[in-house]
Amino acid sequence: MFLRAILLLLITALPLKAEEVVLGMSSDTISITTSFDGSELLVFGAVKREEPISSEDNLEVIIAVQGPKEPLTLRRKEKKFGIWINADAVEIDLAPSFYAISTSGPFNEILSEVEDLRHKVSIPRAIRSVGAPMTVTDSQSFTDALIRIRTNNELYQLNENAVSFDQQTLFRTSIALPSDLTEGDYKTRILLTRSGKVVSSFETELDVRKVGLEKFLFDLSRQQPLVYGILSLTIAILAGWGASAIFQVFRRQ
Amino acid sequence: MHIYLPIAEVSVNAFVLLGLGGLVGVLSGMFGVGGGFLMTPLLFFIGIPPAVAVATEANQIVASSFSGVLAHFKRKTVDFKMGSILLIGGLIGAALGVWLFNYLKSMGQVDLLVKLCYVVFLGIIGSLMFVESLNAIRRSKKSTATASKRRDRTWIHALPFKMRFRTSGLYISIIPPIMVGLFVGVLAAIMGVGGGFVMVPAMIYILGMPTKVVIGTSLFQIIFVTGFTTLLHATTNYTVDMALAVLLLVGGVIGAQIGARIGVHLKAEQLRILLAIMVMGVCFKLALDLLLMPSELYSIGAAGGH
Repeated sequence: MFLRAILLLLITALPLKAEEVVLGMSSDTISITTSFDGSELLVFGAVKREEPISSEDNLEVIIAVQGPKEPLTLRRKEKKFGIWINADAVEIDLAPSFYAISTSGPFNEILSEVEDLRHKVSIPRAIRSVGAPMTVTDSQSFTDALIRIRTNNELYQLNENAVSFDQQTLFRTSIALPSDLTEGDYKTRILLTRSGKVVSSFETELDVRKVGLEKFLFDLSRQQPLVYGILSLTIAILAGWGASAIFQVFRRQ
Repeated sequence: MHIYLPIAEVSVNAFVLLGLGGLVGVLSGMFGVGGGFLMTPLLFFIGIPPAVAVATEANQIVASSFSGVLAHFKRKTVDFKMGSILLIGGLIGAALGVWLFNYLKSMGQVDLLVKLCYVVFLGIIGSLMFVESLNAIRRSKKSTATASKRRDRTWIHALPFKMRFRTSGLYISIIPPIMVGLFVGVLAAIMGVGGGFVMVPAMIYILGMPTKVVIGTSLFQIIFVTGFTTLLHATTNYTVDMALAVLLLVGGVIGAQIGARIGVHLKAEQLRILLAIMVMGVCFKLALDLLLMPSELYSIGAAGGH
């Protein structure tokens, strides 16, 4: 009874938001199995309101799925001694391994520059790069290259007008996850915007995990590399030996 | 049917891997070569990261050499003493090679090192094989047998630390075999090859070993050196992909048996020219990648290198 009273107090104490997101996803875990060949993630939900739809400007939806961030090194090839070799390198502090943005309208129109800076939504904002060495004067082109390469591999996606938004209430989109996904916690954000400003946001996590044999082999190779090495040698020797033994049996017949 | 490789972290078609294993297996069965020097570049071409290709191929060579060496044990054509001396050099070389590999990896130059090594060695071997088989065809037409001269005493015999090798019938210094082993060990670690293509000629022409013990002895050394290399790569780079190795193995073992049967029925010299052309083709493709301006100048690597 006492507990319930506290809960009630807490709920009423929260500032009332005019519009809130209720979210569903086709799955909250993605399993990378041996036969994993990419996947489709369905994100859907509704806007919950206490008041009638405001008449000012249209409500818009931005859905961003972001893989685990990791530091990277970008290298640029240069022609030296007649062959193309890696020359300049720039360190990127943190870059998401996967980043997909889906919107209900043109990105630049539904989210202002200031709000993008604050919430770090667009792809360039999601990448944090600090300093380049003194020898590199055009560090921006390295970041651009990272975005270009990952966009080509469908690891970074900007899908404008890909969210269908019915009656300013129900929204739905599907995001293609490529086959070379790294495991980790994928942060999924839903932002509701009006006139370029974020009016509400919701966050949840998508769990991407290697499972079964994939997980067993990967974990073993990192945690017990010597055991893993000996195991792979043993399998190799047994397979080589076994195969020649089988063929000898065939030859005798 | 696509399969996700746990260590390489890429998804590839399992039948492509089985087919590659089979194709290289057929060639190795036909010509009695290890096939590592063809398999590793082919793995680059289908998009396996070079570091994973090299380490995994070392693992696969252990398997293909093991069944080969068993046959030589039975025929007693393995010089264990010489093999052990070559092995000492090989283990040191493999450790050096993996160290160099990891150092250049941190510099972001390991792909270049591996590819350059391949261009140089495939170029040399391909053209030597091509010339030799052309000569062999010409000779077989003329059918003039040239007596091979027994090598005279050379600088090899002037070196200290001599040892008697009964199976090979040699009394030579252990320095040249250790150097040969060392060189092959470095190649095994950097290129993911057994190194038989360098060791066999070196054993015949530099060490003067009799041909009948050369193959068995080199296989004996290769098993341990590539096994050691596999362990080093697995513990320092985590780049040995077991799933990839098993798929290549299955294809390779079956292919080798088929190749061995085809090889019996066909003319060796003409086939050898085909192999030479193939080796030069792979070399040419790798060289083009280095010489032509790549379509993407930038590449993404793991952090930590400077």
